[in-house]
Formats: sequence, C-alpha cells, structure tokens
Amino acid sequence: MTEPAFPRIAFSGLDGLVVSFSEKFDDTANRAALSLRAEIERGAWPGVVETASSLVSTLIRFDPADVRPEALRDQLAEMLAARDWQKADLPRDRRCLTIPACFDPEVAPQIDEAAEAAGFRDRDAAIASICDAELRVLTIGFAPGQPYIGQLPEIWDLSRQRNLNPRVPVGSLGLAIRQFVLFAVETQTGWRHVGQTAMRLFQPEAKDPFLLRPGDSLRFEPVSPARLQPLWDDPRGGAVIGAAE
Amino acid sequence: MSVVEVVSAQGTVTVQDSGRPGWLAQGISRGGAADPIAMAEGAALLGQDADLAAIELMSGSLKLRCERACRIALTGAPMRARLEGAGGGRGLAWHGSHLVPAGAVIGITPGPAGGFGYLHFGGGIESEEWLGARSAHLAAGIGGPLQEGEKLRLGEDRGSTVDLVIDPLPRLEGGEIRAVESLQTRLYPPEQVARLQQVEFRRDSHGNRMGVRLDLDGAEGFAAPGGLNILSEIVQPGDIQVTGDGTPFVLMAECQTTGGYPRIATVLPCDLPIVAQAPPGTGLRIRLIERDAALRIMQAHAAELGDLRGRIGPRRRDPAQMADLLSFNLISGVVDAARPDHFPDHVHHPEEIS
Repeated sequence: MTEPAFPRIAFSGLDGLVVSFSEKFDDTANRAALSLRAEIERGAWPGVVETASSLVSTLIRFDPADVRPEALRDQLAEMLAARDWQKADLPRDRRCLTIPACFDPEVAPQIDEAAEAAGFRDRDAAIASICDAELRVLTIGFAPGQPYIGQLPEIWDLSRQRNLNPRVPVGSLGLAIRQFVLFAVETQTGWRHVGQTAMRLFQPEAKDPFLLRPGDSLRFEPVSPARLQPLWDDPRGGAVIGAAE
Repeated sequence: MSVVEVVSAQGTVTVQDSGRPGWLAQGISRGGAADPIAMAEGAALLGQDADLAAIELMSGSLKLRCERACRIALTGAPMRARLEGAGGGRGLAWHGSHLVPAGAVIGITPGPAGGFGYLHFGGGIESEEWLGARSAHLAAGIGGPLQEGEKLRLGEDRGSTVDLVIDPLPRLEGGEIRAVESLQTRLYPPEQVARLQQVEFRRDSHGNRMGVRLDLDGAEGFAAPGGLNILSEIVQPGDIQVTGDGTPFVLMAECQTTGGYPRIATVLPCDLPIVAQAPPGTGLRIRLIERDAALRIMQAHAAELGDLRGRIGPRRRDPAQMADLLSFNLISGVVDAARPDHFPDHVHHPEEIS
C-alpha cells in the first residue's frame, strides 16, 4: 500500500525537483534518468537553471523567483506520463572509450582480495571479467568529472569495506556493489582499490576540462605497470575515444 | 590597470565571486563566497556590481601592497585591518570603505569571533577565470589560496566615493536558521524532525567552505531507519546531511555534488550566511517552514539586498582619531543584536509560517 509509485517527483530544497525512477540501482532506471535529463535540456524550459542526473534520478534546478514550482512539477508529470521512460535509449552524443588500466597488485593493492571475495579462481580470471564487461558512465558526481561506472557482472556484488582506505590516488579504480568509481581526486574511500589508470578526469585549465560524460560507453584494456607509467604524460591517460555504436 | 601584490598570506585566503553554477552534472558544486551578503554589502559600499570578485579570508591573515591608489571595502566577520606605509600606520574601520594611497600595505588579521571576512576593491579583482568564474574552488582543485608574491589585477574603478560605513544585515552571531523539507526529510520519524527544531546546536570549530558541523551539545543524534542504505543523490549547498554517527552537517558553497548520507532538511539560501559566520560555540537553532513562506522570505531578502544603500552612511569619526577601531565595531554589533527590532525586515514574524 505504501509502496511509492515510480517515477516519483519530489521537491529538493527550495529550487530543486527530483524525478526518481527506482528505489535501488537498476540499469533501465539509469537509462531513464539520463534520457529524461537529455530531453529537458533539449526543451530549454524557461525558468530551468540546470539539470543533472544521478544513478536513478534526475534533478531539475529552477529559479523560484522566476517560475512557479507547482507549474513546473505539473509540466514534468505530463512529460513523464507521455511515454515509458524505462525503455529510453541512451543519449545520442555518447562516446566509446577504451581505457588502459593496470591490475597489478603493485599499483592495484586490493585486486587479489576482491577477486577472492567475488569467488574467482585467480587474478587473471577476475581481470578478464572486468575487461570483457561492457560498461558505461552511470553518473558523474561527488568530485569534478568523477564517474560512477557500471554495471559489472553479478559476481562482483561486493559491499563497501567497513574500514576506509586512507588514501587512493587520482585515476584509481574503486570497486563495490557491481560498480566502479574512477577517482578524480586523491581521497579516502570504502571502495576497494582494484585497478589503476592514468586518467585525469578534470583539468580546469583545459579547453574541454572534463574527460567523461554520463552515458559514455567504456571498456578497460589491461596493461603492465611499465606501460601505464608513460601514459601519465597524456592528459587522456592513453584512452582511445571514438563514437559509440 | 592597477595591481595589488600579495606580501604574505596565511590560511585559507582566496579570491571569490558569486561562484559557477551550472556544473552540477559534471560534479562541481557552485562554490563562490561563503557569505554572499558580505559580497553584496561590499558592492554597495563601493557602488558597483555584486558579481565582482573580492578576497575572502577564512581564519587567515593577509598583507597586500597596492601599486596605485585604490578604493577598498571591508565586510563580513570583523577582523583587524591596518594600513601601513604612506604616512604611518592606522587602523581601518570594518564594515566601511577607504581610500588606500599608492604604495601602502593593507594588513588583515583574524578577529576574535572567527568567520569569513572580505576585502573588496573598486573595480573588483580580475584574476583568471575558470569555467566562467574567478572563484577558487579548493575542494575541486580549481585555483588555490593566495600565495606570497602573487599579483592580482584590478578592474577599472568607475566610482570615487569612500569613507562610508554600512550597518550590516544581522547574521554574525548565530541564532535561528530557517529550513525547508529536503528530498529525504520524510525518511525521518516525525519525532526526530520535531526534535531537530528543539536542540540548541553549537557551531563546531570544525567548519570550512565545504560544510559546517553542528555540535549536538550532548543531545542524542539523528537517524533515519535504513538511511545508511539509500542510493546516492545529488546534494546542494544548504542541505543538512546527517552522517553515520547522527551528527548534522550543513553543506556549504563547496560541498560535494552527490552524497549517500540522508539529508534531514535544507537551509534557506538567505540563512546560510548565519551558519557560515556563527562564531565557534555559538548557538544555532533550526526551524522548518513551509515552502510558500520560504519563498516569501527569499523575496524579502532579495529586496533587502537591493536596498543595502539605505544602510550606508558617512563614517562619523575620523579613523585617525579612533584609538581602537575594532572595539568600536564590535560594540556596534552587540548593540544591534540586542535590539533586533532595529531591523524590522529581518524579524521573523509569525505570519511567515503558513
């Protein structure tokens, strides 16, 4: 009875409306959130200041001095009712990136522990599973340009660690709950440090300061520590960027 | 073109403007001055646009040499300000505007109450822009604190008026902060939402441009059932995020853009400077209000900011004759706080609650 209907629209603070497509993460809800955001951006709604999507929801930020929030909510409700957002396509301008990543314990200290926790027979099997996976940027957030990447095969459904990693470096791949975070800044985290890239996701002085966009398709290519090292000289960390599909 | 040179800078001393909205989707919070009211007051004192960049001092100290004569204004939390060189040292009144002679050095050190102080220049600071703003965003790695030897270019100053003082909008002594429901308020049992409004929180000494911890002062913490297992959602400045141990944090200008800890309420933008400027240990109370009332309060606040010139007058005493400028200013602040009716627009009338 109390089960809320999805999609659900709710106010966030004074200037935000949030459309949620699911209580938990699921792939179709993520597609719906990405697609709804793209649609609103295309519509250039008056009074809307900015939009952003998170894992399964879309935020619409408006200027409450300029727009009646209830009217905006009704407009959104109408748009949501007009089609089945769970069947939405991915954004049209998304790209496909192949990213060199090193899974050697020398730079990825928790790969063996994660492989064992997930039940793989050895490290190579775990690396193969990661590098065969068709992944995409589910959302960007927390820090500038920092992607949440998913979704890994079910076997990788590991909880976050109770004890935090005191410091993971820029470009490291953290793993938990069938997802990766590719860290944009050096940080403390509960995600297991299982891989290392040479990606610098945010470069404020660059013409295009963000390397990734929500919806981008990703694939990791395993490299040795020796091959990873020189990639730090490349602002893209050696990633090859092409059009998706 | 005029230039000021950083002789020395300690602590978190940064260039700030109104921030860079529009990058939430890329993981960058708006940033900008922790106390936008101070930015507006500085602009009103100098008769210029409130979007111009100024220097923000968070518990820091600063010495700046001005190459040419320039106008400045000092706003926000009162600090100790002095002018050296060019005919001997003298104190500079806070909440005021001044003419600084060519070659003089402005020195600012923290005041007794903490908080964020601002130094504005006629014409504003024209430092480098990143993504459409000059604000340093320390958490995002955009820009950084001012460094010794750094030179800052000033914009063209079209005004000439100085020696004015402003009666600052009251916000520097803690008190009540008004909030509306957040996306996750309903995850909390009503009893907890009620209790949130009864606790006299203390402003913790650990606060920065990202967030301010509210000390529970012995009161029980807050927790939403299942609140630690919710999905990460987008967060915004003003959100009151409750961490795993039940302590509320008010998220400030440089907060992260997504967060997995639930948010119990969202502070009105116009009351966020009260949190930023509350001296450590000061009492803060949270009061939830309806959205309609909040929107009316925001309108009234916008009108107040538009009307700041009405709070400005000439400096009555010659600063050179004032023995202790800082105590002069502090006394004025205390008098204002004891007489809230002095600011009829800011008194929270019961009819604001619908």
